[in-house]
Amino acid sequence: MFATLAADAVSKVTTVTNDANWFLENAWIIPLLPAISFVLILFFGKRMPYKGAEIGIAAVSASFVLAILSGVAWMDHRDNFELEKHDDEHAIALSDGAGSASDTAEYAVGTLAAEAGDGGTHAYVAVQQSTQWLQSGGIEFNAGIMVDGLSVMMLFVVTFISLLVHIYSTDYVSGDRRYTHFFAFLSLFTASMLFFVLSDNILQMIVGWELVGVCSFALIGHWWEEKPNSDAALKAFLTNRVGDVGLLVGMITLFFAAGGGTTFDTIKINEAIVQGGVSHTALVVAAACLTAAVMSKSGQFVLHTWLPDAMAGPTPVSALIHAATMVVAGIYMVARLYPVFWEGMQIEGSSINLLATVGAITVVGAGLLAFVQDDIKKVLAYSTVSQLGYMAMALGVGAWTAAVFHLFTHAFFKANLFLGSGSVAHAVHSFDMKRDMGGMRKFMPKTYITFVIGSLALAGVFPLAGFWSKDEILVNTGGWGVLGGSGAAPGSYTFHFVMGMIGAALTAAYMTRCVYLTFHGEYRGGHHEDHADDHADDHAHHGEPHESGPRILYPLYILSAFSILIGFVNFPPGFLTGSKKNPSGWQERFLHFIEPAGSSYFPAVGHATPSWSLAIVASLVAVVGAAFAYYYYFVRLDRLSKQLGESLVGMPNGVTTTNVFARAGHNLLVNKYYLDHLYTGVIAGFTKGPLARAVNWVNQNVIDGMVNKAGESAVQTGQLVYHKIDQTIVDGAVNLSGRVSDASGEELRAINSGKVQNYAAIMFAGAALLAGAFVILLAL
Amino acid sequence: MLLNQFLLLAAVLFCIGVYGVLVRKNGMLVLMSIELILNAVNINLVAFGTLTDDVGGAVFALFTIAVAAAEVGIGLAIVLLMYRNRRSIDLSEADLLKG
Repeated sequence: MFATLAADAVSKVTTVTNDANWFLENAWIIPLLPAISFVLILFFGKRMPYKGAEIGIAAVSASFVLAILSGVAWMDHRDNFELEKHDDEHAIALSDGAGSASDTAEYAVGTLAAEAGDGGTHAYVAVQQSTQWLQSGGIEFNAGIMVDGLSVMMLFVVTFISLLVHIYSTDYVSGDRRYTHFFAFLSLFTASMLFFVLSDNILQMIVGWELVGVCSFALIGHWWEEKPNSDAALKAFLTNRVGDVGLLVGMITLFFAAGGGTTFDTIKINEAIVQGGVSHTALVVAAACLTAAVMSKSGQFVLHTWLPDAMAGPTPVSALIHAATMVVAGIYMVARLYPVFWEGMQIEGSSINLLATVGAITVVGAGLLAFVQDDIKKVLAYSTVSQLGYMAMALGVGAWTAAVFHLFTHAFFKANLFLGSGSVAHAVHSFDMKRDMGGMRKFMPKTYITFVIGSLALAGVFPLAGFWSKDEILVNTGGWGVLGGSGAAPGSYTFHFVMGMIGAALTAAYMTRCVYLTFHGEYRGGHHEDHADDHADDHAHHGEPHESGPRILYPLYILSAFSILIGFVNFPPGFLTGSKKNPSGWQERFLHFIEPAGSSYFPAVGHATPSWSLAIVASLVAVVGAAFAYYYYFVRLDRLSKQLGESLVGMPNGVTTTNVFARAGHNLLVNKYYLDHLYTGVIAGFTKGPLARAVNWVNQNVIDGMVNKAGESAVQTGQLVYHKIDQTIVDGAVNLSGRVSDASGEELRAINSGKVQNYAAIMFAGAALLAGAFVILLAL
Repeated sequence: MLLNQFLLLAAVLFCIGVYGVLVRKNGMLVLMSIELILNAVNINLVAFGTLTDDVGGAVFALFTIAVAAAEVGIGLAIVLLMYRNRRSIDLSEADLLKG
């Protein structure tokens, strides 16, 4: 079948090679190191001087270095890979069609001259290495790696965040009773995510996806002695199972529809879809099912409820889950299998589709929820949900690069914010902003600065990281162009654009609230005797919180620096340098290296032209949102609190006390849109209540009737069997065998004289008999 | 080479050994009889090995000697313990296994 595909592909530029830089070919080492570290920590961690933490840090550091080197190698490969000199092999690979089994895929043909001719633009050629794992029923199950811009970027993000989280954790969870166990699972978590992003086939992706889920379950429930924590872990796991059904169905559909029932290879599946040989209905089903998987894994609206509860885990884990692993797995999966969504949802030129709408609703829905949270980590959790909504929305509107870029920048500032909140919580032994925080900037100036930088980046303030990626998403919706602004985009997703703008204002506003409640006003803590449960160390309670140690602060500094600077890697064309869209130089480096544009496994995704006016308007919207929150908290609430001489933070106040609609809205938000009630109360309650009673009635009257009849006849048969067969025949046989053994035993007792020499004589007699038999047999 | 003579010698030794094991009451003598049996086997091994011009027979004989050494070690220890416990090494008295 691939002979025909490849024949069709003659006109396309090649996509895959297995001949590249050592670091790209051997990227499989990167996930292997933390996996080995997991085993080592489990077995030897407790005996190490630093209880296993050093093994994890060493492994992740090595992975990080390798990830950087493979990133550098990828840049070189992207710019300089010459396909011509490999053409001979390709021709051979083409002629035998499906190719040899465990060999790496090399079936496409390079008509690269057209691309390579004009001044050093080289084709986007992914590196694939795979080996046959097993073969069954004519289907090959391969295990392999696929390295392209997307996976290299993920390798960098995951190893980088994970390394910082490891270092941070040595302080944060020090003294924990399962310290070694914690580091073992951090390693496994990192390894799973790296394994997932390097997968070259969908089967391997499912394995990685589930591994990530299991690790998050173990880490969220790290302090499982307390019921809420283990409940949260279970909730995360079970909610993800709902989406996993979608994942399985979607992947199986892809395997049969696009893989021809013979291959799981991601690139081959993508190519088949891009070339248009796949049934549209199948793609619609696959895209819808995979969207359900994204909704659970990446916390999209209605299945997001596990994510805020997952805050029960230790803070470094939350940072890891929200920035680099777990939740971005869903976004990554969509980005990796983008042709499925591109074709299945007909993203191009459209104005609405499922994925984009789910994302848009999540942006605003979660942004609103972040307002009513008292727990600093829950604010950040809902903010993650909201930002993941941006990414899903961007993917839904066809802004692939914008989505992946937002994933990239978000990883840094969200890790920054989470680790910052952990630093504060470390000092006050609580996550409750209203009860135990306030005025923290006096005690923790360094944490304060990094937290503010992270908040500004998240809110999308120029020129921090979030500004660039959020702006790119907004302009790519095309809504600004429809509403009369500049910036032409392929689609016209006006609704999603509006939701994105509202989300931008909300983000700025709730982060302002969060910063006020945590760092400004008067310190409300100091009564935390019953609050030391967050971490297990027993250092004495102190009157005043104090700044965290260097192992917590340095990761914060590094992440803050990245939050400020990382947005520049995708500097849009036309900003400061005129309107020439030139991929060389220093504009759109991210797009150039990451997006597989022009390769045959990626659809022809269009890009919006950047818009100055939108950038300014979006920034203004964010500033207005922040200004409202600033006025409400920093000015009005602060003044009232000072007048009364006591903190009003914990009181219901403002518009919710005077306006009935506002109060109703507030209640709706406090109850999280009643989604948890729906799940546990209505769905689970219906199952336990009316449904259970109805089933019970059927059980009692219908099934039990049958069962009773069956029981009675069984009893009668049993009686018959007992008296006739059991008592006479079976028991007779048993008794007989007993008597026979008894009698023969009595006879044989004589042999057991206890005299060693008698035994020896019997043994020799036996040997002689055997020897005689042997001789007779030979003679025959 | 006259294989018969070696086999005859081995058979005689074996029979003497078996007789000793079965009849003598003295534990020490029983052990020595076992050695006779083992050496009868050794003679057979070496004789057949030489006949077929195969060094394996001699090698096996060496193995048997090594195993016999270990066996004697255990046997002597048993006899010694028996003597310590009962002040006698008469095997007819050792009938604790009587059923």
